[in-house]
Amino acid sequence: MKATVYVTIKENVLDPQGNAVQGSLQTLGFDEVAKVRIGKYMELTLDTTDRAVAEERVKAMCEKLLANTVIEDYRFELEG
Amino acid sequence: MKFAVIVFPGSNCDLDMYNAVADTVGEQVDYVWQTATDLSGYDAILVPGGFSYGDYLRCGAIAQLAPVMNEVRKAAAEGKFVLGVCNGFQVLTEAGLLPGALIRNNSLKFRCHPVALRVENANTAFTRDYEQGEVVTIPIAHGEGNYYCDEETLASLKANGQIVFTYDGLNPNGSVGNIAGISNEAGNVVGMMPHPERAVSELLGSPDGAKMFTSVLNAWRERNGAASTR
Repeated sequence: MKATVYVTIKENVLDPQGNAVQGSLQTLGFDEVAKVRIGKYMELTLDTTDRAVAEERVKAMCEKLLANTVIEDYRFELEG
Repeated sequence: MKFAVIVFPGSNCDLDMYNAVADTVGEQVDYVWQTATDLSGYDAILVPGGFSYGDYLRCGAIAQLAPVMNEVRKAAAEGKFVLGVCNGFQVLTEAGLLPGALIRNNSLKFRCHPVALRVENANTAFTRDYEQGEVVTIPIAHGEGNYYCDEETLASLKANGQIVFTYDGLNPNGSVGNIAGISNEAGNVVGMMPHPERAVSELLGSPDGAKMFTSVLNAWRERNGAASTR
């Protein structure tokens, strides 16, 4: 089974990297870019076929390591 | 008094920390590799700066799971003195020993220069030799030292006197409340972005960091009601 994890900076936390990229996009003429937020994308290959167990385990992985919930939000998708 | 300097793969301020202890207070100090499983012989645990585990995933995220960190948690719970500097501060926040998190500097730049710090709490074990409100000069060297916590946490830090140092004047990284260093609620665990171990002599540009080390020795002496055991 494959888990795809997305970690993003919380809405109320400043994202200096996103702001810099937004500025650069505007320099290139993409004036419609009102906001950029940069996050992480992770692919996990899991040795399990039990979706319910995987759901619970990936959630624990996110809480314990993959995201810092003080500053980041996470969500994930399971496939296969 | 016995000091431990924790060393992770990628630590690079461990030698400075070790020598700062040796040069300022002359007490016993050991390097302790991250796989150690016993810190019971130490009175103070120093988590130095650097790029533990290459800052993979997030600064301090991998290091906080090193075997020695269970011992650091235990030492902190026992009321032993724990100081995290720079990456050490990041490790302590990731480990949940200090609230909040350190994010990218608002300038996106790695800032490396002396800063003016105001001592906001001169009652902690690490700051008791400073005057309350004193402004000292200690260098910073970080790309991710922008302290963040939510408003509720900030209010409780203020209410409990957990803000130990703030940047005086220019804030180099955009931290909330100009925070440069904080303590836990009990006051025995302190984390800060500036490097006191790099400021222990006029020859290094400033001697102002030395009082961090004399402070903790004095705190230890008071607690143990004894002279130092060298």
